[in-house]
Amino acid sequence: MTDTSGSPSADERIKAEPLFARLMKRPELGAIAGLVLVTVFFLATASDAMFSLSGILNFLSPAAQLGILAIAAALLMIGGEFDLSIGSMVAFAGMIFGALVVNLGLPLIVAVPLTLLFAAGIGAANGAIVLRTGLPSFIVTLAGLFMLRGLSLVGLKWLTGGSTQLRGIREAVGDDFLAPLFSGDAFGGLFAWLAASGLIESFDNGAAKVPGIPVEILWFIGLALAATWVLLRTPAGNWIFAAGGDANAASNSGVPVRKVKIALFMLTAACAALLAIMQVMDAGSTDARRGFQKEFEAIIAAVIGGCLLTGGYGSAIGAFFGSVIFGMVVIGLTYTDFDQDWFQVFLGGMLLLAVIFNNAIRKRVTGER
Amino acid sequence: MSEPIIRLENIEKHFGNVIALNGVSFDVRPGECHCLLGDNGAGKSTFIKTMSGVHRPTRGTITFEGRPMSFASPREAMEAGIATVFQDLAMIPLMSVARNFFMGREPTLGWGPTKRFDVEKANAITMAEMRRMGINLRGPDQAVGTLSGGERQTVAIARAVHFGAKVLILDEPTSALGVRQTANVLATIDKVRSQGVGVVFISHNVRHALAVGDRFTVLNRGKTLGTAKRGEITSEQLQDLMAGGQELAQLESTLGGTV
Repeated sequence: MTDTSGSPSADERIKAEPLFARLMKRPELGAIAGLVLVTVFFLATASDAMFSLSGILNFLSPAAQLGILAIAAALLMIGGEFDLSIGSMVAFAGMIFGALVVNLGLPLIVAVPLTLLFAAGIGAANGAIVLRTGLPSFIVTLAGLFMLRGLSLVGLKWLTGGSTQLRGIREAVGDDFLAPLFSGDAFGGLFAWLAASGLIESFDNGAAKVPGIPVEILWFIGLALAATWVLLRTPAGNWIFAAGGDANAASNSGVPVRKVKIALFMLTAACAALLAIMQVMDAGSTDARRGFQKEFEAIIAAVIGGCLLTGGYGSAIGAFFGSVIFGMVVIGLTYTDFDQDWFQVFLGGMLLLAVIFNNAIRKRVTGER
Repeated sequence: MSEPIIRLENIEKHFGNVIALNGVSFDVRPGECHCLLGDNGAGKSTFIKTMSGVHRPTRGTITFEGRPMSFASPREAMEAGIATVFQDLAMIPLMSVARNFFMGREPTLGWGPTKRFDVEKANAITMAEMRRMGINLRGPDQAVGTLSGGERQTVAIARAVHFGAKVLILDEPTSALGVRQTANVLATIDKVRSQGVGVVFISHNVRHALAVGDRFTVLNRGKTLGTAKRGEITSEQLQDLMAGGQELAQLESTLGGTV
């Protein structure tokens, strides 16, 4: 029924909607527009190195690290809740993982699932408290932000006898067969071949300048695709939108709102733990300061990606682009003559613009006037 | 005349020392619109909730399709075919009509990890059902928030009927609507009735009730004051019953018959 002009009962006050107006209603539009804007800006101001293959991977890597958090945070926001403890969760899960690998000497096939389960358990506890008390998740997880950060500090000092860093992870992991899933670069062989055949840049000794794609980027892309699939093409996705849009109406219609929300809290915490595992394996040590303020950056990326703070609306692909914008600006400024600290100003400005834009979009969608 | 789908007899509902319902008898037959009229505080909401399985009656019997029945939960009542459209409509403005239509009851395709929301089927059914109710959507992805109050009401009704409602309870469906939209909703009720669904139309507006109702029951102070058939009762008589007689008669003389 795209063309109703011919049928007698068509409402004469409704004009056929042009493609542009339809696109205007997609939640991720703002993020895509922002990405175009930022790309144009850096094409104009940054040195050419930024958009070389190594330059692109350079800014995609921090984008991916944030994006793993931001996509989960976006799903949770669409489901109508926040989790401010994910930044601290990165430090905390890093500590748990470090302790399992170094202190207990467990192999990755045991340590990784245990870490993820542990984090998911804390996420479930967060969700249960929010649902049981009916308090805003904002405040409940703010408590979590401080508790987990404090526990990471205390726990690391206890584990190491006074240090807030736990070292020796690379040695403990060794050449575990699961290690390539969480650290280093993927497709090394392909990139070496590409370099050998002269398709990508190589050093004088013939080795590729770019050894492969950092694994976090693959996780990032995979997660974005999976989250988008779930949101748009599964019943669970419909439940997430419904739970965030109006929990009462949703449960009256038979949506298991509590289960959906708890699952989202668990997913968010588990994604923080996944990021922690990758960071810890990459750095070879875990640190109580890891993930500092990442909860805010993740929420900002989700909002730039079109998520409403009130829930019920947003997109995972939007959060993907929001994170890419973020990585581009963070790294891109080093390719320009600008002071890098402009980054914070830019971030705040982006957030403000995104919120205003999203609000306007919401009014369009709901027909509010 | 056919047997009632659901019959409630001498229903009483007490909340502590408050007697919300004190002997309510009501029944609905397939293909009729039975109006339950009552002023604010008469016990309409309590009665709907008893009928839809939210409350269990303190006393009295419920017979559903000829068998005594006691619903443990709204879900059970829903599965038996008693659908209630409350005033909040259980609609989410930011979601599309199709997503709202199938909220909680999504059709799926495939199995295991490839099990997915059958969007095409959901869209097609939504468009067809809405067209049947006389509403031409711009598209199945149109957000419910862009619909008028009457159209939203119609979506909620169409959804209930699509999912197999035998009894459709409408809680003040016209109370917040303009003249034109009210007419549309009343027309929708008529369409639903002609499909053999028993409609319970709750209202305090006598004119709306008379426009579409087959039978009328008045609820006052937790009691039903009897049931009248269409044509047996005038709007003044209904008005008087709802208000409990004299008070309104007095008011009417001061207002000059405008109520």
